[in-house]
Amino acid sequence: MKRLLWIAGTIGALLLLQWGATALLLDGPIRQGPYYYQIIILAGINIVLAVSLNLTNGIAGQFSIGHAGFFAVGAYMAASVSYYGGPAIRGAVSFLPLVGQDTVVLILALAAAALATALAGLLVGIPSLRLRGDYLAIVTLGFGEIIRVLILNIDAVGGARGFSGIPKLSNFFWVYLLVAAVIATVWNLVRSSYGRAFQAIRENEIAAQAMGVDVTRHKVLAFVISSMFAGMAGCLFGHYTMYLHTNSFTFVKSFEIIIMIAIGGLGSIEGAVLGAVLLTVLPEAFRGFEGYRMIVYSLAVILIMIYRPQGILGQVSVIKRVRAHFITKKAAREAATKAASSAAKMPVKAEGA
Amino acid sequence: MESFLQQLINGISLGSIYALVALGYTMVYGVLRLINFAHGDVYMLGAYFGYYLSRLVQGRTPSHLLDAAVVMILSMIGCALIGVIMERFAYRPVRRASRLTLLIIAIGVSLLIENASQLIFGANPRFFPQLIPETHIHMGNLMLTNQQVIVLVTALALMILLNLFIYRSRTGKAMRAVSYNLDAAKLMGIDTDRIISLTFALGSALAAAGGILVSINIPGIDPLMGVMTGLKAFVAAVLGGIGNIFGAVLGGLILGLAEVMVAGYGSSTYRDAIAFLILIAILLFKPSGLLGKGQVEKV
Repeated sequence: MKRLLWIAGTIGALLLLQWGATALLLDGPIRQGPYYYQIIILAGINIVLAVSLNLTNGIAGQFSIGHAGFFAVGAYMAASVSYYGGPAIRGAVSFLPLVGQDTVVLILALAAAALATALAGLLVGIPSLRLRGDYLAIVTLGFGEIIRVLILNIDAVGGARGFSGIPKLSNFFWVYLLVAAVIATVWNLVRSSYGRAFQAIRENEIAAQAMGVDVTRHKVLAFVISSMFAGMAGCLFGHYTMYLHTNSFTFVKSFEIIIMIAIGGLGSIEGAVLGAVLLTVLPEAFRGFEGYRMIVYSLAVILIMIYRPQGILGQVSVIKRVRAHFITKKAAREAATKAASSAAKMPVKAEGA
Repeated sequence: MESFLQQLINGISLGSIYALVALGYTMVYGVLRLINFAHGDVYMLGAYFGYYLSRLVQGRTPSHLLDAAVVMILSMIGCALIGVIMERFAYRPVRRASRLTLLIIAIGVSLLIENASQLIFGANPRFFPQLIPETHIHMGNLMLTNQQVIVLVTALALMILLNLFIYRSRTGKAMRAVSYNLDAAKLMGIDTDRIISLTFALGSALAAAGGILVSINIPGIDPLMGVMTGLKAFVAAVLGGIGNIFGAVLGGLILGLAEVMVAGYGSSTYRDAIAFLILIAILLFKPSGLLGKGQVEKV
């Protein structure tokens, strides 16, 4: 019940924010509104990518540098569903108003993207059983590049021309709904037996196995969940930009996502969010210094990794800290009132308390 | 048949370049267990140093070959310095950190070099000056350019020199010791920092040579030319068995041949995928590479 309330509350809040963002930024008085809106959307997509990659790289310790490949699979899969299947789907649900039809198409596209990328994740997860460390990293990089080259050779999705004519179905609401979903999933996962198993594998695979963790199953699971979210992010990305080109999905994009989680702090959800937002907003803010911003950005990565390898936030959970802060305050207050009341009742024994 | 032989020659020529770059990867991986992602960018810097140097040097020496040799040696020295600086400031401070940290720093260094080069050299491709005028050598129906011959001979000579250095000299022995076990080498009195610097210098010099040899053959150079070549050379190193000098050469040749054959007989758009397909196949079936020794994991 409480969980349902949370979900309904999130959806309600997002709808309100969507309405607000549209009124203020898209149709509103702010001159550069649509530009800000786009940055907010892209930040959301990057958050999904970073948080989901953090599940494999930071929490399960399986270093993947092919995340852009999954992002691409999802984007192209979803785009082809809504491009080729869109009219048929709309026909089937023609009794709904236009918004409803859009929603049905988008949900089906999201489902297709999730399914396709989960399968792709399974495919990449299997070699991860045999390989570790650098080798795994290189294999995932290779998979990402192979996926890109394959897509480049499929003419139905535009090949080298790019895939255009994708309907614009995603917006602030959908992107941030996915953000909420990925954060909630990873957050709950980390605090479950699965999450503890992931962390055990990260810390020491052999020890984890000795303690009875099914290493194979958990590694594959981490890959599948992580790639599924990347695929759904791809779906929303494609349906926002309305055009896809394989150049957006090179390993440079994968590197970018890794840098986001490295700067924020490997293994920390808040870190991934912070990194994603920083790396989306800062380059835009310094657009005037076009040539220099990328230099500063790569220098920052090197310096952060040398002087603070755990990232800005590291393993510290901000939410946990804030909560702990309030909980201890509350506990202290309660203890104080309790002590005071008991002291008032039994003045003789008060010294002992 | 002739076209096959022609492809074979092209493949070996491309493969010898990959081999030169792969040697640097394999040497650095051997001593530090680090995939130096920036290695491909050093190769690019080599080509750019060559570009500027040849404008200075061209015509000042008695022969074209001497021109090319001077340009190449100076550019190799320049890149060796870059390699040493890179190691000193980016990798040495974190040598004891986790390998993930190292990997991310390597990615950062690579991005730094690429972007700084785009700023300094400009993002547009440049035309590498023709150091050696092209002549054709006909062997039956086969056609070779003198440039291809020069590339092959130079690459081969450099590999033989490297081999002599590593297996016949005292410093080479120290390098092998460091690669075998860094801590033990240190205990034996080897100045490991110096050896690691030297490894970076040698690897970067070879990458620079690769960059110039490529530019002699295919004159278009741009700041991102090292990205793909770097990755493929890494694949070549893994294919042959990373940490193994002969493996890098063998891997480079196989990769070059495979790529040229795929482009020649299949579709050239799949050219870039073949390297990674080979990589995944080799890692799945023989992760230690063709010539690498399998390692038993110690608990």
